[in-house]
Amino acid sequence: MKKVIENSIERKAFFKLIFLSAFSIFLPKSLTAKNSSPEESPVQDENYNAYDHKWGMCIDIDKCIGCGRCANACKEENDVPREPFFFRTWVERYKIFGKGEVVIDSPNGGVDGFHNEHSERNPERSFFVPKLCNHCENPPCTQVCPVGATFKSVDGVILVDKDYCIGCSYCIQACPYGARYLHPVTKTAEKCTFCYHRLVNDKSPACVEVCPTQARIFGEMEKKSSPLVRFRRMEKIGVLKPALNTEPKVLYAHLDMEVK
Amino acid sequence: MLKKLKSIPEQVIRLAVILVIIVVVFVIVRAELVPDDFGELGHYRKGAVDEIASLELKYAGQETCEMCHDDILETKSNGYHRSVNCEVCHGPSAKHSEAPDEFLPSAPRKRDFCPVCHEYLPSRPTGFPQIVSASHNPVKPCITCHEPHNPVPPETPHECSACHAEISRVKSISHHAYLECKTCHEVPEQHKLDPRGNAASKPATREFCGKCHAEENEDYPGVPQIDLAEHEPRYVCWQCHYPHMPEAK
Repeated sequence: MKKVIENSIERKAFFKLIFLSAFSIFLPKSLTAKNSSPEESPVQDENYNAYDHKWGMCIDIDKCIGCGRCANACKEENDVPREPFFFRTWVERYKIFGKGEVVIDSPNGGVDGFHNEHSERNPERSFFVPKLCNHCENPPCTQVCPVGATFKSVDGVILVDKDYCIGCSYCIQACPYGARYLHPVTKTAEKCTFCYHRLVNDKSPACVEVCPTQARIFGEMEKKSSPLVRFRRMEKIGVLKPALNTEPKVLYAHLDMEVK
Repeated sequence: MLKKLKSIPEQVIRLAVILVIIVVVFVIVRAELVPDDFGELGHYRKGAVDEIASLELKYAGQETCEMCHDDILETKSNGYHRSVNCEVCHGPSAKHSEAPDEFLPSAPRKRDFCPVCHEYLPSRPTGFPQIVSASHNPVKPCITCHEPHNPVPPETPHECSACHAEISRVKSISHHAYLECKTCHEVPEQHKLDPRGNAASKPATREFCGKCHAEENEDYPGVPQIDLAEHEPRYVCWQCHYPHMPEAK
């Protein structure tokens, strides 16, 4: 009986040891973590403090003429491969016929513009919908990254660390908006960055810069006065796939219910 | 204490030593492999943000163009293309802004460029100026008649369809094909020059449509006619019928 009790104490000590050593797995983080202040901007530009911004975009579907200059400018600005299946932004044409029939096309993402198709049928409604990464507040893509290569930066932009990406494509699968692609040469995931390199230089994203009808409104989500905040106040706004609770920061004005 | 240690079986001590070695190796290897700035702001490398932020710019931006080309800016700022930034047509010009003589931006002169925006497409919003390039002065480059920085039409268009392409196409295959626009709309003289400042009128009453479609009117045989007093008196006609394509049966 005595022996049994002694044994059980030893077992206790053994488990203690195991638990202590298990906790040591978490040591490295506290050992290596720097004591930098969290308010320090991650961008080494003295004119840009990432903590002062929260970027978003609004797209006015009633203004889009489907010229596809945005998709073209995006490819120019970000060296996106010219093949017709790599896009950071693209334009879709919706044609809605009666009885729930919806035809969506996007020849080369709209980079070459759209052309008339010779069809006898007249759609009930028809319009263009530019699409891009929605820069979700709750991004499904960053959650699945096994190596921490894609992340939400402090100013709300979802970015990809191309040196860290292992090209597993999980994020491409996870994105409900189809906004990512695997770069054919580097084999890393790529996506819209809101032209982050332009933002830090106080310039608007390339697609916003070239939109001839100002269908894309870009700006601060949370400042009291910004073109975006004013637009949100004046127009009826929707987001894509609201049921997913991704909370997109790309908003759409005059969005048709057929747009998926 | 020592006695207690001694009472631990040897195999347990060996296991413990191996465990300690594994943990130490793990800590060292991890510290070597994981960059210093990983995890500072979240589960990512802080330096990546700066790398992305320092990519090369290709589009200079409208403000940069305006710094030198104030003459064109003046022409453009009063015209219909005032909201069209320079690089929409001239392409990415950041290099040009740094070395103006070495890199010249492109200037599209061919006829196939302007229709990217201005070719008639049913999906485009109404009111946006559109043409059918096959019938609109074929072969001639657009810039022979239109100055791209201030593209006023060389002469005021005679036809309403020049701007109201969608409506004119729909109407052309409807029962109202032979009605002129001014049968129903009063168009001020200035409308063609300043369309939004001088909007065309629209009919306001049931009686207006009744001029042709009321039963008591016998001047128009073959025209579908209804009893104005009996036929859905709560509504005005265009709440159910689209006048440019009246879908009555």
